[in-house]
Parts: sequence; structure tokens; C-alpha cells
Amino acid sequence: MTVDSAGDAAGTAAQDDAAAVDALLARHANDPHALVQVLREVQALRGWLPRETLARVGDGLGLGLAQVEGVATFYRFFHTRPVGACRVLFSDNVTDRLLGSEALMADLCRRLRVAPGEMRADGRVSVDRCSCTGLCDQGPALLIDHRHVVTRLDGGRVARIAELIDAGVPVAAWPAEWFEVVDNVQRADVLLGTPVVPGAALAAAVQRGRQAMLDEIVRSNLRGRGGAGFATGTKWRLCRDAPGAMHYIVCNADEGEPGTFKDRVLLTRHADLVFEGMAIAAWVVGAREGRVYLRGEYRYLLEPLNAVLQRRREARLLGTAILGCEGFDFDLQIHVGAGAYVCGEESSLIESLEGKRGTPRIRPPFPVEQGYLGQPTTVNNVETFCAAAHIALGGGAWWSGIGTPKSTGTKIHSVSGDCERPGLYEYPFGTRIGRILEDCGARDTQAVQVGGPSGTCISAFEFGRRIAFEDVPTAGAFMVFDRSRDMFEIARGFAQFFAHESCGFCTPCRVGTALVVKRMDKLAAGRGSRHDIDVLYELDALMHTSTHCGLGASACNPLRDTIAKFRPAYERRLQSLHFEPAFDLDAELSVARAVTGRDDPASHLEPVHE
Amino acid sequence: MSEATPNTFALDGEDLPFEPGDTVLQAARRAGRYIPHLCWHPDYAAHGSCRVCTVKVDGRAGAACTLRAAAGQEVESDTEALNAQRKTLLQMLFVEGNHFCPSCEKSGNCLLQATAYQMGMEGPHFEEFYPDRPVDASHPDLLLDFNRCILCELCVRASRDVDHKGVFAIAGHGIGTHLVVDSASGRLADTDMALTDRAASICPVGVILPKRRGFVVPIGERRYDADTVADPARQEAS
Repeated sequence: MTVDSAGDAAGTAAQDDAAAVDALLARHANDPHALVQVLREVQALRGWLPRETLARVGDGLGLGLAQVEGVATFYRFFHTRPVGACRVLFSDNVTDRLLGSEALMADLCRRLRVAPGEMRADGRVSVDRCSCTGLCDQGPALLIDHRHVVTRLDGGRVARIAELIDAGVPVAAWPAEWFEVVDNVQRADVLLGTPVVPGAALAAAVQRGRQAMLDEIVRSNLRGRGGAGFATGTKWRLCRDAPGAMHYIVCNADEGEPGTFKDRVLLTRHADLVFEGMAIAAWVVGAREGRVYLRGEYRYLLEPLNAVLQRRREARLLGTAILGCEGFDFDLQIHVGAGAYVCGEESSLIESLEGKRGTPRIRPPFPVEQGYLGQPTTVNNVETFCAAAHIALGGGAWWSGIGTPKSTGTKIHSVSGDCERPGLYEYPFGTRIGRILEDCGARDTQAVQVGGPSGTCISAFEFGRRIAFEDVPTAGAFMVFDRSRDMFEIARGFAQFFAHESCGFCTPCRVGTALVVKRMDKLAAGRGSRHDIDVLYELDALMHTSTHCGLGASACNPLRDTIAKFRPAYERRLQSLHFEPAFDLDAELSVARAVTGRDDPASHLEPVHE
Repeated sequence: MSEATPNTFALDGEDLPFEPGDTVLQAARRAGRYIPHLCWHPDYAAHGSCRVCTVKVDGRAGAACTLRAAAGQEVESDTEALNAQRKTLLQMLFVEGNHFCPSCEKSGNCLLQATAYQMGMEGPHFEEFYPDRPVDASHPDLLLDFNRCILCELCVRASRDVDHKGVFAIAGHGIGTHLVVDSASGRLADTDMALTDRAASICPVGVILPKRRGFVVPIGERRYDADTVADPARQEAS
């Protein structure tokens, strides 16, 4: 053990840990499906997951150590090697980078005398990067101990943070204003602007009756807000009609698409509406249990959300005989994720809920037939449930009158990047991209990444296009880049994101995302040729048609769009228009240099430039 | 089924019969037709990870091992474009691990190598990753050389579903995904794995090898020396 220097103290700590682990396992009824929650809670004891602890968890849940290890090493927020007592993660979305996160991270590491990704020798701290934390409107952002978020980071805060960590001041005693998360609602329409009394939408649904409520959802033509746009009414009907001992309602609050933070605000301001939408779905589908899959980055919302749930139980809006209606029983639990973008895909999300690695399932069967624990399951996005609650009140015809015939209702956009007023903007579907840019105070805009890295990169000549499933679809991200930005570097950031988040299951995504990063790094180093761009095209074509799930299939979208629309950003990096080898002989000699302890000019093939 | 909807679909223009519930690959395999595959094995449920069996069904791409066969489907498999894609997937697997065929005991019996020959692969195309993957020689009868692992999970499935031992699992994520062994030490010697286990003989590449059998069958007399992997009796290596 590196952390515990005194042997006795280590022994006692281990015994304490063992007892605490057993108590945790008992609290989860030793259910192997709780593995991810158990690991998250066990890790909170000591900050990381020693192998003996994994074995104890496995024994308690009836799982092999290798299986537990497989799950623990899948999620980015679990550590199977020691990490610092204070774990600092820099949100690494391109919007954080635009706001200077990389220099701030370098500065913090320098002040703390720690290398990125490593634990300081005294075990006090470790500093690393993580995927987008969903705070792009108030970045650069930090995630500390997988629990606290620091927003609006700047040089002054970094200097103070370094001092506080060095002085061993607990995070709870840091200045409270650092942890302030503001909602930044800039333009509200139906979802963000219409107050709903808790229980009102549910009462309306019960009054309509199960079938009539479903009919309203069908009439509304509501489509899922997670990106795929599947018809919500069809999903609910399929789930209701599928045979199963249990039916489940799952809320996908794994808002992992970089640049998206609308669900963060909906869960902060309109949690009642989200739970109300879930209860309405349960009413229609005949489900008695629900789950909210809350992304690990939003861990700080867990206590407030549980408080809302408790209040709703007391108000008989959850539990048995909801609103006094015999036979309407529904309650739900919150499952906290542990850092895995792929779990936003509904079948991976279900695997994760079942305590497994978040690998997408083979489909069919679809979750509406065989989902959570093999039972019919409705998985909808946070925003979809909010919309369903409003439809219960206003009716399907009212909703379908908003937006366009194929894309009804409103859509919330998470606007970030180069604009004066980042935050949430809710518009009816069919709104011009240029309109959103005007409203958010974007100037001299070069491009907008709509729908996040897996979405579409829109260049200036397309700003007349409209947000809609039939034109530019989106799950909600809207990242703005002005003309000072290098679109190649934006695309390279997205490529790094997909490589970091690939689940590793299928060949084209696992290897392809890594190969894309290698090519982009080669281009960034100024050693590329036209051949490398051809290889990127080839990888894009392959991944688009051969991957197991949508993550890999869309991983090259930003690449393809930026090569097509911003080709000069690539070409000015080419060393030649012909083939350049990826193999760098001088770089290969670095191992020999390290072994011999040399770094003098004679140990390099080419002169070293200071 | 009525005569109006015969249970046949077309594979590269030739009608094939299928049983209800069949995947495209199952039906093709039964008929002796070859759709290249690595992670699929007739004794196990479909896995869908290697993607080498990707075909086009009525114009849409999908893995033949997971796509259900349906009457009247037009399946394209043996086309220049799909075989080129397969070659690229094979090259990805080659550069991801450390595959040195000339010094590998599995050479000539290896499904990855045989499939690469079949798809006309002549070189790696991409830069090599050269991962650092130490071998596990702890077990008295079996060697584990992780350098050659293609993550097909056949050993995971065989050990779990046939041997009921659960000796193997998959860990990590992304390009760091790797095979692990179920023991406190992480070494094979500390499991109850036996040479007679199905998992000991299922590996289609050279990860799980019996000890003291090296080159007992000489090069030139091996599984894929006389016949190609497309031969109906040679479509799996194990």
C-alpha cells in the first residue's frame, strides 16, 4: 500500500473497510444487479477500489473477481489503482478548452507538483481529465472527488485551489461560491416557462384514463428528445403490449453528449415534472417500478432529487394508490452512473442498471420487449418525460400545433462556446440556426456543432437551415465556434473524446477511434500527407456501416463534416501531398534514450530545437 | 409456413433455405456457404463483436451473425466492397495486438491468419500499436499469450457456459480492453482451469495454447495448409 504507511493503521483500516463493505452489500440485499451502485459506494470509503475489496464485493454478490474487475475497469470514475485523497478532474469538452482549461490544468499541476493522470507521491492529490461535465455554459469546470463541481474556473481559483489542497483543507470548507451552478435559462417556451403544480399533470392523465392518455401522446406526435427521435406513443404502446411479469419506466438522465446540459437544468428546476412524466408513462404502460439513470457527473444532484422523490411520496404522487387511484402503484429509484458516455445508449444503460459493463446489447430484442431484467422497459429522455407531462395537461392536438408537422413541440438547446449569452434556449422545432445565433449574441461565427460530436457541424453558409428531425436533428447541444477557432483542433478534440469513450466491444470502434486519434495527432504534428486524409475518409466509411452501436457509427461525423467544410484547416498541416510514414525513428529512440539516461544532441537523429 | 412465403432468402443471388429463428450466418453456415467470421461459433449464441461477418441486407449493413433471416431478403456478402471492409477490420485486429505469424505456434491453425489470407490481406496498412501484454505461463499445462487476443470472448463463453468455471472475463474499455483471469493473483495457475476444458481448446487464435505440444504438427500439415477457411469443414478453427 502506498497510502497507508503505518502497518497497524493499514490493518485496522482494512478491517474497517471490510465491515463497511459488508454493511453496504447487505443494504443492497447482496443483489448482483446492484454491482455498479455497490462499487460507487464502496469507492467512496477510500477513494479507490483495491483488488481485495473487489474480491470481497464479488464474494458478497456471488460474482467472480474477474467479472467484478471487468465492471470496475469499464467505468472511467472507478479506480483500481490508488488515486490522490483529493481527485481533481478537468472537464475536457472543447468548450472548456476554448475557455482555457488546458492552460489552467497545466498551471494547477505545476503548482501542486503533480503530473496529469498520476497520484502525487504523498497521496494527497491527483489531477486528470474527464469528458464533458455538462457545465459548458459556465466553464471551465472541475469535478472533485466525483461529487463536487467547480464552475467558472480561472487563474485565481486555480492558485487558491492549489493552496487549499496543499494545506489539506477539506472540499466542504472551500468557498461555497465556487460550487455555484447557475441555470442560465435564456429563452423559455413551454417546457422551461410554464409552471406546473406538482400532481396537476398526473391528475389530468388519470382523469383521461390509460388508453386516452396514450392516444394523446400518439396524437401529439412527440418524438424522443435523446437524439434518435423514435415516436414516444409507439414506444409506450409496444412496451404496454409486450408480455412480462414486470414493466419498467427508465429515465435516461445520462446526459453525456458533450455540450449538452439541458437535462441538468430540467433536473434542477423541474424535477417534479420529470418524475410526473415518468409516473404518467407508468400509468399508461402499467409499470410499477422506475429508475432514473443519473450520470455520475451530476452526482451533486442526487440529494436534491431524492428530497423531491420523498416529497412526492408524502403527497401520494408516488407509491401505492397514487392520487387515491386503486391499482396505480409506482415508485422509482435513482441509479448513479460512473463515467461512461456509451451508457446514454438505451441498451447499454440497461446493462449498467443491471450492474454490468455498459456494452450495447444485440437488438432485437428491443428494450420495449426485453429491457431491464429481461422485462418490457420504456426508456425515455428527461426532456421527453417533461414534454409528456405537458401533453397530459394541454392535450396532443395542442402540442402537435407547435413546431413542424414532422417535429412537433419545442426543443431545448444547450448553447455554449463563442457567444455572449450561453445557456438554455427553448424554441419550437423549425427554428433557423441563424436565429439562435442572433439570440445568443454570437458574432463572426465560423461553425456550430449541433447535437454534439455525434451530430452535425454546420458552417456559415448553412445557418439558414432549421432545427428539426427532417433538417438538422439534435439531442440538444449547440456549440458555437467563431472565426478565430481552428476547426481541425475542434475535430481532434472530438476524436479524442470518442476514443476515450469507446466501450471496446467491437473491432471498428475500438481500433478505429484509436487510429483516428493517431492520424489526427500526426496531422497536428505537421507530419501528415494527403494520404492520411484519405485514410481518415476510409475509417469514417468503415465505422459508419460496421460498428455494433451508434457511438462508433457517429464517431467520425465531426471529422467528415470538418474535412468537407473546412478542408484548408487540414491541408495547411500537411507536410507533403504525398505519403509520409507514421513511423518516427527519432521518437522510437526515446526508449533507448530513457534507458541510457541520455538526452544530448548526439542521441537524437535530428537537432533538438529549444 | 404456407407455400406463398417459402423460408428462403437470397445470398449473393442464390436462394438459401432457413429455419425459423435463424440468423443469416446460421443459415449460410448450415448450407455450407462461407460468410467470413471470427467471434461467431456454431456452438454459441451470437456475440457480434468482430464485425467481420458484416453483410448488406436489402441495402442496409448489419452483422450476419445477429441479423435474423427473413423470407425474400436480398443479402450481399461476397462483394468487392464488403471484402475490402473485412480486410480493413482484419488489419485493425492485426495492428491492435502483436501478431508475428512466423514465430507463432498457432500459425496454420489460426482463424485470424486464415481469414486474412482469404481476404487477400498482404500487409498491416495501419501503424502498429505494439501493446505491452506480458504472457502468463504460470499454469502447468496451458500458456496464455495475450498478445494475440482478438477479444472474441469465445473462451469467456466456453468457460462460463460449458465448463461452468468462469475463468475468463473482459476488463478495461476502448483500446485498453483486455482479457483477464478469475483468480486473486490474476494468474491462470490459481484457477481451476484444466487442459480438458472446452475453454482450453476454443481459442481461434494463439492465446490459449497447450504446453509441450509446440510444432507437433509440422507447418505444411496444418488445418489451413491444404484447405482454405472457406471450406465448409474449416470455417472455424476450433
